Amino acid sequence: MKSLEELNAIRDKAKGQITLRLDEEGHKAGGAYRTHVLVCGGTGCTSSGSMQIIDKLKEEIEKNNLSNDVSVVMTGCHGLCALGPIMIVYPEGAFYSMVNVDDIPEIVSEHLAKGNVVTRLLYDETVTDEGLKSMHETNFYKKQHRVALRNCGLINPEVVEEYIARDGYQALAKVLKEMSRDDVVQCLLDSGLRGRGGGGFPTGRKWQLAMGNEADQKYVCCNADEGDPGAFMDRSVLEGDPHVVLEAMAIAGYVIGANQGYIYVRAEYPIAIDRLEIAIKQARELGVLGKDIFGTGFDFDIDLRLGAGAFVCGEETALMTSIEGNRGEPHPRPPFPAVKGLWEKPTILNNVETYANIPQIILKGADWFAGMGTEKSKGTKVFALGGKVNNVGLVEIPMGTTLREIVEEIGGGIPGGKKFKAAQTGGPSGGCISAENYDIPIDYDNLIAIGSMMGSGGLIVMDEDDCMVDIAKFFLEFTVDESCGKCTPCRIGTTRLLELLTKITEGKATLEDLDKIEEIASYMKQNALCALGQTAANPVLSTLKNFRDEYVAHIVDKKCPAGVCKSLLTYSIDPEKCKGCRACAKNCPADAITGEKKQPHEIDVNKCLKCGVCMSKCKFDAIVRK
Amino acid sequence: MSMVKKTVPFEGTKEQEEQLLQVIKAHKGQKGALMPVMQQAQDIYGYLPIEVQKIISDEMDIPMEKIYGVATFYAQFALQPKGKYRISVCLGTACYVKGSGKIYEKLQELLQIQGGECTLDGKFSLDACRCVGACGLAPVMMINDDVHGRLTPDEVQGILEKYE
Repeated sequence: MKSLEELNAIRDKAKGQITLRLDEEGHKAGGAYRTHVLVCGGTGCTSSGSMQIIDKLKEEIEKNNLSNDVSVVMTGCHGLCALGPIMIVYPEGAFYSMVNVDDIPEIVSEHLAKGNVVTRLLYDETVTDEGLKSMHETNFYKKQHRVALRNCGLINPEVVEEYIARDGYQALAKVLKEMSRDDVVQCLLDSGLRGRGGGGFPTGRKWQLAMGNEADQKYVCCNADEGDPGAFMDRSVLEGDPHVVLEAMAIAGYVIGANQGYIYVRAEYPIAIDRLEIAIKQARELGVLGKDIFGTGFDFDIDLRLGAGAFVCGEETALMTSIEGNRGEPHPRPPFPAVKGLWEKPTILNNVETYANIPQIILKGADWFAGMGTEKSKGTKVFALGGKVNNVGLVEIPMGTTLREIVEEIGGGIPGGKKFKAAQTGGPSGGCISAENYDIPIDYDNLIAIGSMMGSGGLIVMDEDDCMVDIAKFFLEFTVDESCGKCTPCRIGTTRLLELLTKITEGKATLEDLDKIEEIASYMKQNALCALGQTAANPVLSTLKNFRDEYVAHIVDKKCPAGVCKSLLTYSIDPEKCKGCRACAKNCPADAITGEKKQPHEIDVNKCLKCGVCMSKCKFDAIVRK
Repeated sequence: MSMVKKTVPFEGTKEQEEQLLQVIKAHKGQKGALMPVMQQAQDIYGYLPIEVQKIISDEMDIPMEKIYGVATFYAQFALQPKGKYRISVCLGTACYVKGSGKIYEKLQELLQIQGGECTLDGKFSLDACRCVGACGLAPVMMINDDVHGRLTPDEVQGILEKYE
């Protein structure tokens, strides 16, 4: 790629290929095909069989002689993973959800051949008496604002022309041709962009620091080691729009004066790795990576490094140690990576979602970006909405949206009419937000103020059946496992906290143990080497602060109010309700249930394993768990 | 009764060793090549027994203690062979609150092994993993590359029976 003209020529040629899919352009016809069928090829939908759907579609399209009219496009994630596999047909914008391979012949012969949309198979919220409703008007999508995810679910991530048609690599051209390094930094500072990976450090400031350090070699790294369990936003960007990350990293390379980049990606994300490899190859062929990019004399290349399953490698110094081929242990800062990072050279590390915002900020301007969000948290944030919520999936919303809007409106509320109890953000470094803060606008500072944190954006909803002590214990088990062991406050502190929590869930703790927890937690916060240890106690502290009653119930009353902690539960049979059907007794693995047929049964508490099988087998709600 | 982790005798072939030497050669002189080499070695052998670590150590001129240190630090590297069918149950938060802990318990009970172990006949190995990213299907387990989602403990036995 030697010139902007060359890039523009590719864009103009490819634009026609995708206009059909863009709502804002009124479904203008263009390109070679009259109909586009978009099938989600993200991990969620692939797991529920979307690749088989693509094969079947192609087969049926062939059979119906539609190969010249209909194009099947594999895209990245549409976000509504709970309804996968998802398939969208343009120009109608018909949104088929939970598509089954067996439905494909009908969709092809009716809809694609004759134009009769198979309404029965559509996402029910898009079907109204007045006809089809656009997916953008459904509750799940209407409050969303897609910046980082703007191409996910819209373009084929394996076709670089489609990215270029969406103004891909224009920002890189603009930076190289028209902007000085200081201009770019100023633009990022003005935009208010903060790191999307955890701490929320201003991105422009980070780049400025690395730019100011003279060295013969510098590096640009991308943190794609999304380790927070239940978070998958970075994966979706990599799977749905990999070129955006490459483009932003090249921009970073220009600004700080680096010519080599590394993407450190989880080995557990095979699809993301495949697409990144394809994208890097395409970018090199096009000349947007490599030597003399856009004829400006700027060289930049990117290599992949696969993580090997260590949560601590999400921490910047540990990640760099791991790229160097060592045990991924963090080291004390300062020196910060901007001074001494990878192989002791000035290095910047940003997370995938941070990078995904940057080309748009360059093209649309700092003011556009700063116009979204709250005073100190600008732009949008992607959340992986999961747990006890109807619309599990990926949502991108302006900063400042309330938790209630996310859970009740976008998320469609909690299944089974249960009550909202808490939302967990920030993964193992974050905390649980209680119903009391349901209406707080979500941004970096508000989350910190209520004892949680943004983290990378996992948002797990919990209902009245979840025990908060058990959840805290769950996270501590995770951090005990993942603590690298280098520093004592983390290695010993997490273990001691887990022991105390286990005591509580077994009903063996005293109220003094709660003081001990607080003491250990504050020591860890002050003394641990890296963020993993400093924040490891947050899940305990936030649940202790917001749900102290529950801790006290475990300790004093020896009861688990949510009915989760096994040691504190007893099962019994309500003789009024028991019909003596023997279903429980037959299924009890411990032979703990006795009784004559058609007579009320009894559970021998000494034999009972508390497995809950009887409860799941009883048709008369006669089993009582307390 | 859970079984003790067994040590299976190393049965690497000449072809495998040849492949590994090729990989090492391809990475010669590259900075930070150790982990990519170990990852590919594990792809070749299925795990990283001490014999394989020794080859890497000799050929790359990196001390054994460093290689062993890296191999034991990362969850992905296995020092014991895995089963013909590798089961991993997602214990990420989204799956956990939807009951994946019960699925994991059920598997341990059915297979009579603990997490991290392999059945004596070498058929199944069981591990917990953190988030495969299919949170929409929670709770989820993977058997080799197949994803089984929206599970209940009762379904587990039936699924295992499909793997011969």
